[in-house]
Amino acid sequence: MAKTLFQKVWEAHTVRKLPNGQTQLFIGTHLIHEVTSPQAFGMLRDLGLKVKFPQRTFATVDHIVPTNELKEPYSDPIAQEMIEALRKNTKDYGIRFFDTTTGTQGIVHMVGPEQGITQPGTTIACGDSHTATHGAFGAIAFGIGTTQVRDVLATQTLALSPLKVRRIEVNGKLAPGVYAKDVILHIIRVLGVNGGIGFAYEYAGTTFDGFSLEERMTVCNMSIEGGARCGYVNPDQKTFDYIKGKPFAPKAADWDAAVARWASFASDAGCQYDDVKVFKAEDIRPTVTWGITPGQAVFIDEKMPALETLNAADRQTAEDAYAHMKLAPNTPIKGTKVDVCFLGSCTNGRISDLREVAKYLKGRKVSPNVKAIVVPGSQLTAIQAVHEGLDKIYIEAGFEWRGAGCSMCLAMNPDKLVGDQLCASSSNRNFKGRQGSQTGRTVLMSPLMVAAAAITGQVADAREVFKV
Amino acid sequence: MSLAKITQVKALALAVPGDDIDTDRIIPARFLRCVTFDGLGEHAFRDERTGPDGKERPHPMNSAQAGRIAIAKQGVMVVGFNFGCGSSREHAPQSLWRFGFTAFVGGSFAEIFFGNSTTLGVPCLTLSKEDLAECDAFVRANPDVEVTVDVEKLTVSAGAKTWKAGIAASARDGLVNGKWDPIADLLEGSEPVAKTAAGLAYVAGK
Ligand code: SF4
Repeated sequence: MAKTLFQKVWEAHTVRKLPNGQTQLFIGTHLIHEVTSPQAFGMLRDLGLKVKFPQRTFATVDHIVPTNELKEPYSDPIAQEMIEALRKNTKDYGIRFFDTTTGTQGIVHMVGPEQGITQPGTTIACGDSHTATHGAFGAIAFGIGTTQVRDVLATQTLALSPLKVRRIEVNGKLAPGVYAKDVILHIIRVLGVNGGIGFAYEYAGTTFDGFSLEERMTVCNMSIEGGARCGYVNPDQKTFDYIKGKPFAPKAADWDAAVARWASFASDAGCQYDDVKVFKAEDIRPTVTWGITPGQAVFIDEKMPALETLNAADRQTAEDAYAHMKLAPNTPIKGTKVDVCFLGSCTNGRISDLREVAKYLKGRKVSPNVKAIVVPGSQLTAIQAVHEGLDKIYIEAGFEWRGAGCSMCLAMNPDKLVGDQLCASSSNRNFKGRQGSQTGRTVLMSPLMVAAAAITGQVADAREVFKV
Repeated sequence: MSLAKITQVKALALAVPGDDIDTDRIIPARFLRCVTFDGLGEHAFRDERTGPDGKERPHPMNSAQAGRIAIAKQGVMVVGFNFGCGSSREHAPQSLWRFGFTAFVGGSFAEIFFGNSTTLGVPCLTLSKEDLAECDAFVRANPDVEVTVDVEKLTVSAGAKTWKAGIAASARDGLVNGKWDPIADLLEGSEPVAKTAAGLAYVAGK
């Protein structure tokens, strides 16, 4: 019988059926970070349990690390306490820790792929909702809660119910200036922020075939913003090429067998999907959010929706959004004044993002009214960018060049909005207060659109600003 | 590990309206700067309850009703659709639970929030859109009437009203049988776990 990748991975990792009808699913790879793991280790100690497969858990620190302070102890004592707790926990239990001093630290969803830990046909769990990022490699990757982090540590398994699979096909070529970020913002806009509840999203079609692994990661990353707990792309030659030579990739003697195994997990032709949605790449234009959920988005050259055009439930959320964002319905978002620009995050903090923007940034200057920061998602990305001289381009243009971490994506470190500042951001969430100020405002967009906002001091169409 | 059988929660209720209420709103990220869940209760919905000027804002969580629930350490929160979307932070249900909420009734729940809550022994029941509107209105009009969330019978009732409710069968099963925390079951399966692991080349680094 023809099967989807989701079904095949699920079956290969099924331990047994639990009395309540759920599946005990083996989690081959577990990623942890400093925010959602300390309580789990606490529970483990309370219950007197050990870590069952310490070699299958990998740790890094990302959310709380300051990006402008390289020496410890950090001036933020809580950050110091959290990083030290993780050091102790990983040491006590024999878990590999990609610490700040190793040159490999970074946002957890960047470290896995960079190290070759993220592989096709595997199950991955992490106490972080953007774990779906790893689905770009054809893994089934879930965000989990802290009690479940405990479950994985103690048993390397989770109690889960299978998901339905929705195939989201995008076909054709994106127009210049339109990026993977626009694709996922558009999908969420159309299918809704809760449209994916109960589903795994399989992203496919010629647009995805043409995407690099980094572009696929950008899309898979935001599956959760569309309500889907996981999202994936079937593995192909690009996937295998990306993994080859990475520190945790299979060794030469095991390589061919691994590739054959990985390829066998791809969804079979003729398999049954619970739902299929099809999009055309040429219909997608640069997309920006105007509200407080990632689904409240428009094309840059569109007006924000008039309240009368919305149904009752959407209208209530929209009213709340307009009040928070201090924006007016039925007006263009283009031209809205911007105070801060943030380029980074696990959605768009990778080397390809930094390269693409740098290409256009040369010789341009950030508006004097804008504070612009660029935060590489990982130390390896930062090192590579410096090697290519990208840091100089950003600094010359007036961006602050920072160390690796989550930074202003959620502002658990000192990088925060102040008051009702409006931030043009390449991150994934525009929730109220997300960027560290209760009244702060976030407009999500692609990295190049962030650069266009930085230069013009307003929400702008990158295609015009950079003559793309 | 023996756990209480959670068949029913009978308590005062508080309506917190709105769809797509994300976990950043339930517990802002700055309160995640901690290594335990202790003390999270007082920060539930902090930025909705307190303005940037430090003054209290009109919000259901600031009401006398919320205060009664906090004292009783028992309460039903009536919410909208897609409640608890966004970040996977267990800090969100932990903060509401520590505040005093022991059950949620809503239109729908984000999956991770749902799982995090039921694993704490806090049932999340869904009602149809119409019933939810009626329940919400009833709760506001009758703050002194206790609401019964019946996990066994799958109903929510208050006064003379009873609404048909839903919850994932596995979650219901776990709650009513005192097995809402799966750890005991998962630990039991250690032999088949070894077998599954042995069948996966990558687990051995190959
Ligand atoms: S970059 Fe943002 S979304 Fe990604 S893991 Fe960090 S905080 Fe979460």
